[in-house]
Amino acid sequence: MIQQTSPEIGGMGHSVKRKEDRRFIQGKGNYVDDVHLPEMVYGQLVRSPYAHARIKNINIENAKQVPGVLAVITGDDLAKAGLAWMPTLFFDKQMVLATGKVLFQAQEVAFVVAEDRYAAADAAELVEVEYEELPVLVDPHHSLDADAPILREDREQKSNHIFHWEVGDRLATQKAIEESLVKAKVDAVFQRCHPAPLETCGCVADFNTATGRLTVWLTSQAPHAHRTLFALVGGIPENNIRVISPDIGGGFGNKVPIYPGYVCAIVASLKLGRPVKWIETRSENLQSTGFARDYHMTAEIGADPDGTVKALRVKTLADHGAFNAAAQPTKFPAGLFSICTGSYQFPNAFCEVDGVYTNKAPGGIAYRCSFRVTEASYLIERAMDVLAYELKTDPAELRLKNFIPPEKFPYQTPLGWSYDSGNYRAAMDKALEMAGYRELRKEQEEKRKKGELMGIGVSSFTEVVGAGPSHTFDIVGIKMFDSCEIRIHPTGKAIARLGTKSQGQGHETTFPQIIAQELGIPVADITLEEGDTDTAPYGLGTYASRSTPVAGGATSMASRKIREKARKIAAHLLEVSEEDLEWEPGKFFVKGAPSKAKTIQDIAFAAYTNLPAGMEAGLEAVHYYDPPNLTFPFGTYICVVDIDKGTGEIKVRRFIAVDDCGNIINPMIVEGQIHGGLTEGLGIAFMQLISYDESGNVQGGNFMDYLLPTAVETPNWETGKTCTPSPHHPIGAKGVGESPNVGSPAAFVNAVVDALSHLGVRHIDMPITPWKVWQILKEKGMAE
Amino acid sequence: MIPPSFEYLKPRTVPEAISLLEEHGENAKILSGGQSLIPMMKFRLARPGWLIDINHIPNLAYIREEGGYLKIGGLTREADIESSDLIRSKFPVLHDTAFVIADPQVRNLATIGGNLAHADPANDHPATMLALGAQVVATGRRGERIIPIEEFFVSIFTTALQHDEILTEIRVPVPPPGSGGAYFKVERKVGDFATAAVAAQATLDGQGVCQGVGIGMTNVGPIPIKARTAEGFLKGKTLTEITIAEASRLAAGDAQPSSDSRGPAEYKKALVKELTKRAINRAIERARQ
Repeated sequence: MIQQTSPEIGGMGHSVKRKEDRRFIQGKGNYVDDVHLPEMVYGQLVRSPYAHARIKNINIENAKQVPGVLAVITGDDLAKAGLAWMPTLFFDKQMVLATGKVLFQAQEVAFVVAEDRYAAADAAELVEVEYEELPVLVDPHHSLDADAPILREDREQKSNHIFHWEVGDRLATQKAIEESLVKAKVDAVFQRCHPAPLETCGCVADFNTATGRLTVWLTSQAPHAHRTLFALVGGIPENNIRVISPDIGGGFGNKVPIYPGYVCAIVASLKLGRPVKWIETRSENLQSTGFARDYHMTAEIGADPDGTVKALRVKTLADHGAFNAAAQPTKFPAGLFSICTGSYQFPNAFCEVDGVYTNKAPGGIAYRCSFRVTEASYLIERAMDVLAYELKTDPAELRLKNFIPPEKFPYQTPLGWSYDSGNYRAAMDKALEMAGYRELRKEQEEKRKKGELMGIGVSSFTEVVGAGPSHTFDIVGIKMFDSCEIRIHPTGKAIARLGTKSQGQGHETTFPQIIAQELGIPVADITLEEGDTDTAPYGLGTYASRSTPVAGGATSMASRKIREKARKIAAHLLEVSEEDLEWEPGKFFVKGAPSKAKTIQDIAFAAYTNLPAGMEAGLEAVHYYDPPNLTFPFGTYICVVDIDKGTGEIKVRRFIAVDDCGNIINPMIVEGQIHGGLTEGLGIAFMQLISYDESGNVQGGNFMDYLLPTAVETPNWETGKTCTPSPHHPIGAKGVGESPNVGSPAAFVNAVVDALSHLGVRHIDMPITPWKVWQILKEKGMAE
Repeated sequence: MIPPSFEYLKPRTVPEAISLLEEHGENAKILSGGQSLIPMMKFRLARPGWLIDINHIPNLAYIREEGGYLKIGGLTREADIESSDLIRSKFPVLHDTAFVIADPQVRNLATIGGNLAHADPANDHPATMLALGAQVVATGRRGERIIPIEEFFVSIFTTALQHDEILTEIRVPVPPPGSGGAYFKVERKVGDFATAAVAAQATLDGQGVCQGVGIGMTNVGPIPIKARTAEGFLKGKTLTEITIAEASRLAAGDAQPSSDSRGPAEYKKALVKELTKRAINRAIERARQ
């Protein structure tokens, strides 16, 4: 159990108000576009209007004539410096500026630099590119056809196939499914969507010709990793590169990759010796930067007639666009998709994924999920509902029957994971009770008699977060540990620096709460700094819900190192032996004599003024935390929808979310995270799709067509929690940021399908728009 | 999102604005609320050489009842229409409409004159004005001329306004007792353009016989559409479930939607039918209040 601290200390479990919000609310944040440097100039990209075309010629003469234009850089210019291509974060390479041909609409073709944004925009329009259109490949199902155009002429392998990956026992699974008396199958597309952070991507690159130092202010979720990659790719010594991630307005995985615009701005700054700012527009962000999902999945379950599941088989086609720019651990081409057995005891399972190229924007990034966990969770939770229909059983009952019971943890899944802890029934029982599930089912029955459409959707997800243990997890070779450095000042105040980077998660509040918990220093007395590679210890950054599981562990361990030194100093001050001391948050006292005590503040002062003989001065520590395992948060979500038969519109009447993320650092922040992720899930389920027409033109490339839900569309989220601490994490925490995005799409879709299930509907692909519902109703004779 | 360069002009009177329009010809655009024009300029879809900002001309924003008409100044903000007691009580269809245009920030700046003069078939006021039988006051060098709303919308983004005329006022005849109206819109999310929307205005006698009816439709054709067949059918008939259903079917026939990301044409026709029914029923409820 976590020892409760006073509200003044504000350790774990206190809903401390977010320290960062004061500046955000007052408009005093400092985002990349707020960075203004003397002599700064502006870059704009020229992008391809075609999805697949050969570049015959680029004429930059007219563009160069625009007053204020300083440079126009093309792919050929970059090729001379060996920079026309750059490595992606997953065993592929990507064009910085196109040479030879373009492979997706909105691909980067040239970079214009000018004294102001207006001149840059005017000149970009005057860059004349002559294209010869090539056959376009849009549908990933045709990528491997014999007559499909080969998109990547740069590769040795003359095929659009990127990778095949499989895990589990193919034959045993096949046999178990064949022998099962009950089978369920679902074909589900998790559509291409986009994280759409409110702040788009951008940078300011500042190369100092006198010092040879490059400083890059960057919208980066992983500033250290980006520094290393800039050094490896650009050949600049790593000590001469400083990456600063200032305030970041949302990332959700979109700000993990390195984008061509960053490289162009750096090259331009090296060339001009002036700071170069490049900021994307909204359309550029949606059309060209890391998309998410685009998984075309099939799941088959074999079960006994009593509902006991026997086997799961999953086959998936992954559309990665023109370059495999997924950002995920090296050993996992399909991320952690093999979490697809979910919360259930499958004796057999097999999962295979094939990645292919198409003429679409590159990516496959982890949008608020640990690398393909959302896809996996959606698939299994959909498949369980289909099985429930086959068995004519209640979907909640079916889940309860198949849950991994609490006593079986740590639980080995057939696809290789070792779940740390879980109590799935407890979370579901709580959700069913909060929802009034039985009454809802009764109401649904009554409504059906009257011809009204109401649905209840259940989703009991298991997440896998906190990548990850160094034996298995690295990104481009760099192990996925994370770090924390804490310095206690003589007056007992502190500064902590981490290798992670908040994009809105509230790190400036929650990490100090961990230190407050461990050392008893009030949270108000602790400053937290992240994002500056010159000052912060090396870390892999913030995504995949890894900050709390990994950097949170580092923070806790660094605090404990300090506490151990503090114990020695306290013993010296109190003239007792260390063994005679007891700790409570904020002070050491002599066993049996609580009034004989030294506070952490007393000890901090002594660390600089009155040390035991031979002890090094100061009170600070750094810890690089390598987690022994991942953490596995879970929960049950229940969604209630009503459908308007006349218009096909879906109203989410209620949404109950019971989350279990282990021990909680800040309940208010956790609740906020859950609200945010559920709202994103609502958008994905009902509104969002980056679609392409047959010529490869992007259809959802602005906020008029790529819809973000507002407060009007969102229901009142009803949240609840259970607490099953992680047994291996120093503070028993599991991470929560992504759970609501992972768990909710299935709940929304299951609710709509449930509303229509009596008509024989078993699956509807997202986004479930009113017109899709209307078409189904019309087909079933329910609408005119 | 950076527009090409343009000249900005700020007249203080209507005649001054008109002479600037004459001077700069087709390459000049009136800037009213700017909620459609400015985004189009930022996307470089519109490239006016001169912007003539009428926001500094006094006495172009008002809502008043006068001589049997509701008169609304062309520069009146949607937010003011939304909060007008006169409009809420006597022209509920217009209140309904203003309330579902874009979002509150946009409505603080957007003007009714701009909404009509932009002639985007996806805009909401045109359908309502068609239902209400409004008139548009166009002011030019030779003074004012009245354009009936049925003649105002020529084609997409094109109206009957001459390039040197400004839309200065909208006039809506005050409906006789026993009248009511309503606007129903289906949108993908708040702030979106309509997938389809229908405005209905009806006048009933004591026996429930329809003395007059107007039905306008949003975003189901190249221009805002008046459902003439449906109107013709209803006039003189008692409004019952059956006659309303038939009128709704006819309204769907009057619609000419095309398929797009908001849905297939067939769905939009079905929406017109459903929304016409809902709008007429609400109009009747209000007529009887």
